[in-house]
Amino acid sequence: MLKEITLGQYFPGKSVLHKMDPRMKIILLTCYIVFIFLTKNYISLAIMAVSVLGVLTLSKVSPKLYFKSVKAIIFIVIFTSALNLFYGTGEPIWQWGVLKITQAGINTAVFVAVRIIALVLISSVLTYTTSPTDLTDGIEKLLKPLTVFHIQVHEIAMMMTIALRFIPTLLEETDKIMSAQKARGADFESGNFMNRIKALIPILVPLFVSAFRRAFDLAMAMESRCYHGGDGRTRMKVLKYSKYDFMALGVLTVIFVGVIVCNVMLPVTIRTGM
Amino acid sequence: MSLLEVKNLSFTYGTGTAFEKKAVNDVSLSIEQGEFIGIIGHTGSGKSTFIQMLNGLIKPTEGQIFLDGKDIWENPKKIRKVRFKVGMVFQYPEYQLFEETVEKDIAFGPKNMGLKDDEIKERVASAAKFVDLKPELLKKSPFELSGGEKRRAAIAGVIAMDPDILILDEPTAGLDPRGRDVLLSQISSYHKSKNNTVLLVSHSMEDISRIADKILVMNKGNMFAFDETKKIFSKGEEIEKIGLQIPQITKIMIGLAKRGYKLPTDIYSVEQAVNEILRLQRV
Repeated sequence: MLKEITLGQYFPGKSVLHKMDPRMKIILLTCYIVFIFLTKNYISLAIMAVSVLGVLTLSKVSPKLYFKSVKAIIFIVIFTSALNLFYGTGEPIWQWGVLKITQAGINTAVFVAVRIIALVLISSVLTYTTSPTDLTDGIEKLLKPLTVFHIQVHEIAMMMTIALRFIPTLLEETDKIMSAQKARGADFESGNFMNRIKALIPILVPLFVSAFRRAFDLAMAMESRCYHGGDGRTRMKVLKYSKYDFMALGVLTVIFVGVIVCNVMLPVTIRTGM
Repeated sequence: MSLLEVKNLSFTYGTGTAFEKKAVNDVSLSIEQGEFIGIIGHTGSGKSTFIQMLNGLIKPTEGQIFLDGKDIWENPKKIRKVRFKVGMVFQYPEYQLFEETVEKDIAFGPKNMGLKDDEIKERVASAAKFVDLKPELLKKSPFELSGGEKRRAAIAGVIAMDPDILILDEPTAGLDPRGRDVLLSQISSYHKSKNNTVLLVSHSMEDISRIADKILVMNKGNMFAFDETKKIFSKGEEIEKIGLQIPQITKIMIGLAKRGYKLPTDIYSVEQAVNEILRLQRV
């Protein structure tokens, strides 16, 4: 059951996106997120939405996986959209008691829904096509300038690598512990709220114990191999930008310019966001 | 009527995805009351999936399981009752301990069954006795125990539910040879005194052959063989072909038979082998 969770998972592949430098992917993702929120009318929103779909196709990851990651947040999308739908200002198109729907409300609802979905999809692309080690390498390199302020960038990156590395392990462990407690008659599915919270104790205690045990073991193993932080550490694989990175940069610059042009030239439909 | 009957049982992982895999394929067998059954197979042979279907932790994609003649999935809401009847000890069960004291942890299963306090106490005491946990340990936190004691406390937690069928998945994994022998003999004496049914999964043919009446050999999700221990070892060479170890003494007997000595090859203990070889000398 827990194995179904795909968040933060990497799917090895040979697509153009897999070959890109993680630094470029992180930078472009950040720009993407900013631009998703910069869209001011349907045309620029459509440009972003279509380009997100384009990126998904390029990743060559099964559409089912993307569908799953959207499914996980669909409740939030519906909830926020519905909320926005009724909070628009202006002339009501439809009214029933205190509930009223206006054109502005519909616009906001659509924008919110498309923005959240696009955000989740484009972020999934990064984690699906970048191995955790590459990802943290990229983050480490990008944050390197912060060492000036005595921030221990390498240590932070290492902690992230380890955290990501242990997500699947801990999920598997949770699954096992749940099965073991179910075999002893534990009931997670019925009872009132308090009972359900109490039912989590037999899972959480063993899970924490094993997480600490793993942490100690790992610390010991790292020290045995003379790990002493980032000072003077060199890399076996040095990150390098390739032609794919510059191609991606070029294409996305065109898209971003397109969005800006549409925003400036065409009438504004929505004022929320950035 | 058999105690447990399995009919055309199959389980497929990740149906419809790229990871689709048939873990258990069309297994049918029946298990009688009081039998001690050893289950052996490679990692990934489907034995873990198979045993988890027996107590309703995994729902089979095809086929049925009858416990006392009743399909266990007939009423999915009552599947918990099945889990009390078919007790399951997972691999490394010590990682499931969570209570403040060993006593409370062993009582977790019986408590979930809804038993009265007196009976729970009785069951905890007798379960602790079966696995040889000293009474003073019961008041301690499970995290203060040694590795072997933790393992035994966890097994006691399942025994305390007094299941009709007890399934153990590699209970001796990670124990030293002495701990392994002690635990196996405890399981064996539990089986004898309760006269209930025990299913033991193991990698070690040597361990299994010593205590099991019957052996189920799994290979690539299929039931390769299911027969009395003695008969299984007459197929020693076939079993070796699918890459499973047979006891060393069986190997020796097969080797001797190949060299022309008139010796039986279904031998799996040193004592039997000694007798047979001495008999040959006398002739």
